[in-house]
Amino acid sequence: MQNVLLSISKLGKNFGGVTALVDLDLDVARNRILGLIGPNGSGKTTFFNVVTGIYPTTSGKVAFEGEDITNFSPQKVYRAGVARTFQRSRLFLPLSIMDNITLGDHSQLNNGLFFNLFRRRALAAQYREIRDKSRDLITIFDPDLADRLFEPVVNLPMISRRRIEICRALISNPKLLLLDEPSAGMTHEETFRLIDDILHIKDKIEDLTVIIIEHEMSVMERITDYCAVLNFGQKICEGTYREIASDEEVQQAYLGVD
Amino acid sequence: MSESSRKRSSFLPSLLAVLAGVVYMVFFLAGESQMVIFGLLLGAGLVVTAFKYLRVLDVVGESAKDNQRAFSIAVVMGVLAVSLYFYDDPFVLFLVGTVLVYVLTCLGLNIQFGFVGVLNFAGASFFGVGCYTAAVLTKNTAVPHLVIIFLGGLMAALLGFLILIPVLKTRGHYAALVTIAFALLFKTFLEVNDTLGGPQGLKCGALNLFGWDFNRDIVIGSFEGCFYLGYIAVILLLLILGFIMARRMEDSWVGLNMDAVRLDETVSACFGQSIPRWKITAFTIGNFYCGVAGAFYAMMLGYIAPTNFTFGDSLILLSIVILGGLGSMWGTVVATIIVILIPEKFQVLQEYRFLLFSALVIAILLFRPQGLLPRPLRSYITLKSSSNR
Repeated sequence: MQNVLLSISKLGKNFGGVTALVDLDLDVARNRILGLIGPNGSGKTTFFNVVTGIYPTTSGKVAFEGEDITNFSPQKVYRAGVARTFQRSRLFLPLSIMDNITLGDHSQLNNGLFFNLFRRRALAAQYREIRDKSRDLITIFDPDLADRLFEPVVNLPMISRRRIEICRALISNPKLLLLDEPSAGMTHEETFRLIDDILHIKDKIEDLTVIIIEHEMSVMERITDYCAVLNFGQKICEGTYREIASDEEVQQAYLGVD
Repeated sequence: MSESSRKRSSFLPSLLAVLAGVVYMVFFLAGESQMVIFGLLLGAGLVVTAFKYLRVLDVVGESAKDNQRAFSIAVVMGVLAVSLYFYDDPFVLFLVGTVLVYVLTCLGLNIQFGFVGVLNFAGASFFGVGCYTAAVLTKNTAVPHLVIIFLGGLMAALLGFLILIPVLKTRGHYAALVTIAFALLFKTFLEVNDTLGGPQGLKCGALNLFGWDFNRDIVIGSFEGCFYLGYIAVILLLLILGFIMARRMEDSWVGLNMDAVRLDETVSACFGQSIPRWKITAFTIGNFYCGVAGAFYAMMLGYIAPTNFTFGDSLILLSIVILGGLGSMWGTVVATIIVILIPEKFQVLQEYRFLLFSALVIAILLFRPQGLLPRPLRSYITLKSSSNR
């Protein structure tokens, strides 16, 4: 299985007596966009949190590029090449656009105390490099934001924040990008613009796999190569958008059983 | 470059502000009667408020921001000018020295609380560790005094490092609780420890650098200055060094990582940050500042006792940081001047200072949570100037 990037087997997660994920099996193909669908509370975000190491697993295994990364710390998962965005856009609000994007590139920065305090010229060179990289990246999404790199994020509208958040995740050239409801808090039109951006950037980057959680079905139809449907922490269906949209079990999960 | 397209503002407004500050300080420090002091305080309050509404303060702020190096030099010159004006007044000079010592201490606390968000309720205790290190070493050893000042900082940093390790894995404010415990234990420990002088405290040797005894008055030709001038020169140098280092730290990846840890630990972890690493770094460096300031202060004062290092003193230090603005270094400078000088000169307040400062801190938190001089956004300006040379 050369082209499986992320392989989940028998993954389970309990919070005390509450079961969030049950025996989840999922293979994510390299270089594809996978949509994760399910009603509220079906375990989608928990899945992201378990994969990125925020929550420890209760049972099961997570493998990334054939390597077992089960219960890795968030730091190690990031270093392996997984970056994510958050459901409620979690930017560092008082910091500038530049600072927010730079923080995504942590592993590329020279964080040594001595280097930062005394090798100022080398630091300045690294700073200019990162600044240009950030500017180039944000220009793809919104050239206007590129001119405002040193403005605080707190004043920006939601669509700009989402774009910055995606840039923060992309700047470290991750192999896997996890997008947690990128359309939350945005209008239809804004959502479509953002989806265009994502598809555009996906074309530009050679090796990028994306898992996206989304409630907007029109978004899923446009962006995903295939989808998986969760309900009560279990995978109930997997296939292309067309296939899962016509699946009876999926319709029941969403519309309820008569 | 787009970020430098804005026109650089002139240095004149901030220079005038520094000059006004120097003149005001001279009058304030020379003021004898309580009525004069009260009038000066009231006048300053009114003028600052009026200037704020006339947007004069914004102009001054822009000017200082665009000409940071020149502005800093002007402030240092201002401090020297004030000190030289009072060259034969030991009371005023000691006060100036004390303010500078406190600024250094509060810069340390600012690195801890303002940068990485670790609340340190034992600032005065770490300051005290520096004091006692200096007292013991000057009395019992022949270690050069510059090294002693450094060792004072090192002792404080080491102790802070040791007490922080057990609580690093916890989230929230457990570290703050541990520092409270340390502050209370430290004072009791000193009071019952006979080798360290018990409640009576210890004498500390005077600062002596390369054969220059700092407790002797300065005589150059016909000029006869009080010996505190020498102390002021040394603490000013230490402070400049500390300020530059803190500023460099702020304008670097280290400062950026610390901000991230303070603002959101979960997101920071998802982007590879090691949370304990930055907390330890900031806490240790901050305590080093406190210890250095303490070691110097003990030498200047000549005598130390446990009553100088109470929990209340730590709270005063923290209130300075909050008052000035979290993470704002110039804010710390201004707030220290306000908090230390006003009760000393305006004796009526001396008894009620705790009440007053608590009211002040609450007012700040309610109406201006970013502090008197809010911290500016990171602009990497020190990096840009260093790369131009």
